Amino acid sequence: MKKNDLILIFGILILALFFYGGMTLWQKSHTDDSAYVEVKIDGELYGTYPLDEDIKERIDSPDGGYNILVISDGKASIEEADCPDKICVNHRAIHYSGDSVVCLPHKLTVTVVGGQDSEIDAATN
Amino acid sequence: MKTKDIAMLGLLIALAFVLSYVEYLLPINIGIPGAKVGLANIVTLVAIYKIGYKRAFALSLIRVLLVALTFSNMAMAMYSAAGALLSFIAMLVGKSSKKFSITGVSVLGGVFHNIGQIMVAMVLMETRELVFYLPVLIAIGTISGVVIGILSGMICSRIKVAF
Repeated sequence: MKKNDLILIFGILILALFFYGGMTLWQKSHTDDSAYVEVKIDGELYGTYPLDEDIKERIDSPDGGYNILVISDGKASIEEADCPDKICVNHRAIHYSGDSVVCLPHKLTVTVVGGQDSEIDAATN
Repeated sequence: MKTKDIAMLGLLIALAFVLSYVEYLLPINIGIPGAKVGLANIVTLVAIYKIGYKRAFALSLIRVLLVALTFSNMAMAMYSAAGALLSFIAMLVGKSSKKFSITGVSVLGGVFHNIGQIMVAMVLMETRELVFYLPVLIAIGTISGVVIGILSGMICSRIKVAF
């Protein structure tokens, strides 16, 4: 390993940490009680669900698969799915604006949206 | 292409294919799309250093195609192909700059593989919020890149006589 390698490795890691911190701060400051999740399948909006209501919803994808979306305690997660990799099921529950759970095999994304709209409201009031 | 070269390329493709399968079997699942160890990249790296860019590139593309046909589907192949392509370009640039050892080149490959995958996912699924995965994916790409780079370096120094 050369010195340049170490500079590259730590440079990238520090940069990633910096961006991670910045994004986390942005997400926390852009989330409020009006946050909801947006479910998209293959880029098309499937439905929206508010985060302050506990639900359990089966989402059938056009290719015959399914994902079960659960919202409880203001957090959304995929409880069960019949996709081969189960990456979506293993994902932690999401809560902050911009957080998302992805199921690549079903082309499904669950994304938290919340806060941006209320900021505009506050400015116009 | 000499017969020996063809045999060598076939051997390396088979090896990359098997490593992709081993990776597929590994129970590593942290819930982040695109996070992988990238075992098959060992073969791509060794090929870049030992048999040249062109053949290494052919090897990488054939592997992606084989894995897609065998273990997943063509939609998933889009992600792998984008990752493999961007990763290959990054490794090429990294090696040509002559500033890094094989470990640095591997880190570039790992990081850009993950960047390529998440960018394709952002476009295909029209969910730009996936950009929030980028810092974590970059960190994972760096760490796996270091491991893969050290392994590839060890292999390269041992198979010198074979070529």
